[in-house]
Amino acid sequence: MTKPLKTTIGVILTAIMLFPVYWMVNVSFTKDTDMRADPPHLFPFNGTLEGYRAVLDQQLPYLGTSLLIGAGTVVLTLLLSAPAGFALAKLRPRGTGALNFVLLIAQMIPGIIMAMGFYAIYLRAGVLNTVPGLILADSTIAVPFGVLIFTAFMSGIPDELINAASIDGASKFRTFRSVILPVSRNAIVTVSLFAFLWAWSDFVFATTLDGGGDYQPITLGIYHYIGNNNQQWNAIMATAVIASIPATLLLIVAQRYVAAGVTAGAVKD
Amino acid sequence: MTSHVETLVRTRGSSRVRRARGQWAAWAFLAPVIIYLVAFYAYPLYRNLDLSLRHYTVRSFVQGDAPFSGVDNYKTVFSDPTFGPALLHTMVFTLVSIAFQFAIGLALAVFFTSHFKLSATLRALFLVPWLLPLIVSASTWSWMLNSDSGIVNYALSIFGVDQINWLTSPDWALTSVIIANIWIGIPFNLVILYSGLQGIPNDIYEAAALDGATGWQRFWRVTFPLLRPVSLITLLLGLVYTLKVFDLIWIMTKGGPTDASTTLATWSYRLSFGNLLPEFGPGAAVGNLLIIIALFFGLLYIRRQRRD
Repeated sequence: MTKPLKTTIGVILTAIMLFPVYWMVNVSFTKDTDMRADPPHLFPFNGTLEGYRAVLDQQLPYLGTSLLIGAGTVVLTLLLSAPAGFALAKLRPRGTGALNFVLLIAQMIPGIIMAMGFYAIYLRAGVLNTVPGLILADSTIAVPFGVLIFTAFMSGIPDELINAASIDGASKFRTFRSVILPVSRNAIVTVSLFAFLWAWSDFVFATTLDGGGDYQPITLGIYHYIGNNNQQWNAIMATAVIASIPATLLLIVAQRYVAAGVTAGAVKD
Repeated sequence: MTSHVETLVRTRGSSRVRRARGQWAAWAFLAPVIIYLVAFYAYPLYRNLDLSLRHYTVRSFVQGDAPFSGVDNYKTVFSDPTFGPALLHTMVFTLVSIAFQFAIGLALAVFFTSHFKLSATLRALFLVPWLLPLIVSASTWSWMLNSDSGIVNYALSIFGVDQINWLTSPDWALTSVIIANIWIGIPFNLVILYSGLQGIPNDIYEAAALDGATGWQRFWRVTFPLLRPVSLITLLLGLVYTLKVFDLIWIMTKGGPTDASTTLATWSYRLSFGNLLPEFGPGAAVGNLLIIIALFFGLLYIRRQRRD
């Protein structure tokens, strides 16, 4: 196969794969009256911005809540997982193997089951339908992954760097803060990106733990749209387009981190 | 001589002290995450186990004085007419999804290993379905599969296929959610298998080419066997991830019509949250069954990964 031919095939395959994404964008610009046209309008010519206007009118609070939840989850995940990664990679206390094992297992527990347990606990503790409660629950998706990524990354930092710091009289905490963290930028970025994306995309915890809250994330915003038997598909798809922005930005800005994160979670190098 | 021994003793002693101090420091760094795992992983799981062993009503759920009922909830679940179909659908959903995700992911990974113009960009674009929030993918597929106005039925009608009620017919609901799930899972398989392919040294291919192997032979005789460890890990991980899929099915079909696309995950949710009268006990019981299945394959995965 020649290379130009391969490029052509590659473009066609990508176009097929991304067709649903295109269709989402197309429908988001389609007029209500054209929504059930036969044949369907394949291109958003003389489209409408009605859908996006509806988003501005109705979905902004949801988007704001999602941003807040995403940011909170990132902070909590980093605070918990970076020190743990350092300990597992460089200080290696007894029980390191067992803890790594627990972290791997933790990632495999279905979210819906965690949600049920959280629901029972939150109900009695009175944190059901609160943003901090949801942040805490969302962080359970990212913390085990974060520890594993930080451990893997920090194992690659040369011991000489740490020894030099300790000869200079730096405490372990000082070493961690002033030596380890600054060189771990890539790991911090990877973990933050995924923690944000997972919190932003979470539906399971949102619907079980925040279904009746005053502040709900965008996933519930879309879900209510669909559930209300809303036939305004341009508004639903416009919200979906907006909800996809973080994922898209991530891919453009940090593509190599994304691929690294997917692989690191599964296969050891 | 003496001084030598002295220094030796002294350094040994101080290194032991340092080691002990290092242990303390290590546990100080680990303490937050350990407390976190106990409070927000172990405790919810314990609560879930407790839920499944008691007879709960809405009142006793709030007050927390539900009577212990042993394995009654599990018996209820096993004798429920939904149990058989839910288990079967979980298996079909998982196995069919994985088979297609893996095959398509592998084909694409092989395709992308040769560097042509735009190959890196196109490979990155393939990640999009995996990164989108599930609610976005699920609602987009719902509209594409809409019986009357969906683009899929329109495309099929060009080839003379009659209207298919993808989401509302019991014959097609499971197929519909599987199609959407395959689409979401391809990127994950592609990325991992691609990185596995990168690990196969080029000279092996050159040697095979010298021996006159065709492209097809090269794949089956060289690539496929050498990729076996990575493939196994991809499949096991895919299994664990697919077993727990809930959002996609719930958003597209709610497990319906009449259980046609109900899996253990959606059934568990419906029992606990989907009805006006929640059945927390049986819901938790179904959830625990799902954990056992997921952990079985999860442990296989970890064993496999350790061995490599």
